[in-house]
Amino acid sequence: MSISRRHFMVGTALTTSALAIPTFLRAADKPKVVVIGGGAGGATAARYIAKDSKGAIDVTLIEPQQAFTTCFFSNLYIGGFRTFESITHDYRTLEGTHGIKVVHQMATGVDKAAKTVTLADGSSVPYDKLIVSPGISLKWDSFPGYTKDASEVMPHAWQAGPQTQLLKSKVDGMKEGGTFVMVAPPNPYRCPPGPYERVSMIAHVFKQKNPKAKIIVLDPKEKFSKQGLFQAGWEQHYPGMVEWIPASIHGGIKSVDVATGEIKTDLDTFKSDAANIIPAQAAGEIAATAGLTNDTGFCPIVPGSMQSQADPNVYVLGDSTIAGDMPKSGYSANSQAKVCANAVRGELTGSKVFPAKFSNTCWSLIATNDGVKVGASYEAKPDKITSTGGFVSKTGEDAALRKATFEESVGWYAGIANDIFGA
Amino acid sequence: MICSRRNALIFSCVLIAFGLPAGFSTDAHSQTTQASEALSEQHKLLVTRGTEVFQRCTACHRIGPDAENRIGPHLNNLIGRTAGSIAGARYSDAMKKAGQDGLKWDANTLDAFVADPTSFIEDTTMGLDGVEDAEDRKALIAYLSAFATGSSNIPETPAARGLPSADPGIPAEILAIKGDPEYGEYLSSECLTCHQSSGSNRGIPGIVGWPVEDFVVVMHAYKSRKRDNPVMQMMASQLGNDEIAALAAYFQQKGQ
Ligand SMILES: Cc1cc2nc3c(=O)[nH]c(=O)nc-3n(C[C@H](O)[C@H](O)[C@H](O)COP(=O)(O)OP(=O)(O)OC[C@H]3O[C@@H](n4cnc5c(N)ncnc54)[C@H](O)[C@@H]3O)c2cc1C
Repeated sequence: MSISRRHFMVGTALTTSALAIPTFLRAADKPKVVVIGGGAGGATAARYIAKDSKGAIDVTLIEPQQAFTTCFFSNLYIGGFRTFESITHDYRTLEGTHGIKVVHQMATGVDKAAKTVTLADGSSVPYDKLIVSPGISLKWDSFPGYTKDASEVMPHAWQAGPQTQLLKSKVDGMKEGGTFVMVAPPNPYRCPPGPYERVSMIAHVFKQKNPKAKIIVLDPKEKFSKQGLFQAGWEQHYPGMVEWIPASIHGGIKSVDVATGEIKTDLDTFKSDAANIIPAQAAGEIAATAGLTNDTGFCPIVPGSMQSQADPNVYVLGDSTIAGDMPKSGYSANSQAKVCANAVRGELTGSKVFPAKFSNTCWSLIATNDGVKVGASYEAKPDKITSTGGFVSKTGEDAALRKATFEESVGWYAGIANDIFGA
Repeated sequence: MICSRRNALIFSCVLIAFGLPAGFSTDAHSQTTQASEALSEQHKLLVTRGTEVFQRCTACHRIGPDAENRIGPHLNNLIGRTAGSIAGARYSDAMKKAGQDGLKWDANTLDAFVADPTSFIEDTTMGLDGVEDAEDRKALIAYLSAFATGSSNIPETPAARGLPSADPGIPAEILAIKGDPEYGEYLSSECLTCHQSSGSNRGIPGIVGWPVEDFVVVMHAYKSRKRDNPVMQMMASQLGNDEIAALAAYFQQKGQ
């Protein structure tokens, strides 16, 4: 058998020089993975598949942005602890070191029968396996009056980039002694502690530059992640500055008016001098277009592999998924991406598939050197990804531990940024 | 055996613990402890002297958790490093060539180089005149070694609150498990969310190149909650003995 194969190769090598490359290495014959979305989930999956398959799989990453600003640590940017550049990453290492083809376009459709992805310019890209990690879409109808245009005045800053810069400028430039209003998002949303870390960072700015300013949080929920820790931190570092009002007290957001700065609730009308409105969320639009979502607006997946329940050749990661007990976080998306990469490689090249393990930790900064964290580990049960145990920082921890927790988060950021975008 | 190794971990922690709280537990195993305390007292003095000698290097070199390349390369993990091998650092062609020819930094090669740089590598760009005093060189190398991979960069947290010791006391058969590095590589992807694959110590300790036994001991100390960090306790609680061995095998290999 090996002899006839050798003869075959020699023969073809004589006819065309292109075929001198052993057949199994030719790009046209390699299995193809296409990844939609170059964020925490998508870029990690692309990188791990390319890195671990050592060139045996052809990986294309579709992402409209030239550079990706992480939502994680974007609150620290607002608080003045990080520069915008330090939270922005390009795709050069993924292209250069890992040989991933990065296409800077929007994916506009998926033909699951033909196994192709359509791009904004009308071209299409074929795949054997498709990975979809488009993050979230914002539901513009969730607070009456809050539209995409309105977000240019009252930013959401829940997708990082110019929105984050706009929010920072609103915070820095708010009139002296003014009122800042945040409308927090209803469940489920990306980064459960995110709004409250943001409140802390805005309070940190006000404490230095605008000490008479007030922050009002209008929350559609009754409780929130790490609530005790945040509220104790606000009392300690920013006494009297932050007022958190749950739905049972304000009765619901009735309307948002960017022209007057007014936010109406059942209880009262709140007049803001600057505001941050974070609307309800659903899976990234392309996930719905591709028919991967169910009536929750998110994508059901197979817990052990992140395979879409709608199509065995498609995998979904990160914020767009219904990931059981896992929160929507960058850490989760990165963790899921590795499980998915292992499964996809196994399918395409027969590499060993190891059992899924997931974990998550979310660090939050409350004030200078006052870091807290919450985390858990998970396993894939047949019906859903299930928590197997976790931890959370405690109120009253000493300053040294809080500082160590903050320093740990800085290390985590450096680590995960390298893990997603390559070092 | 575990006991003396643990003491080694503890004092090496003191050396690198610029940012870390310096409280650590005392050990009940008195005899070994006394012997190694005397040793560590001596070693501490040597390192203190080394800190002073290192001042001659600081115009060009940095060392420690945030160290980056300056005029010369950073000096973390210097012991065992191939000469001229840090990406992005400036080296003379002579230094790079020495590395290509197989020069590795250890106590002997460093001693010779530092004693008289240009007679060791004729065209080196290192501007140091040479450290004449042999005891000074020994002190300097002791100081530099404290920032090396292996047990010395394992942060010895104090034993978890209320416990006298972080020693997990693992039985020999667990230490003897031979890990599967391929499985370790897969499992390592979870570690690499936080621990950098470059081995950098920034914010979170580097774990690349640790000796297998240290790795196993430390992970079991987290698993049995004798070390305090909750993220690590959670991670370790998910790992079986074989998985810890696999990770240890993989990370040691990765450092080579
Ligand atoms: C303020 C804030 C703070 C946060 N802090 C933390 C934190 O401290 N720790 C943490 O772990 N997580 C944090 N998060 C959450 C984290 O940012 C998200 O959970 C994570 O980014 C989700 O990853 P993803 O891959 O699902 O989506 P994303 O990272 O958002 O990536 C999606 C990508 O897909 C692209 N895309 C979308 N549609 C298409 C299309 N049709 N075609 C091509 N590309 C497309 C987008 O341009 C985007 O680049 C925070 C979030 C916020 C808002």
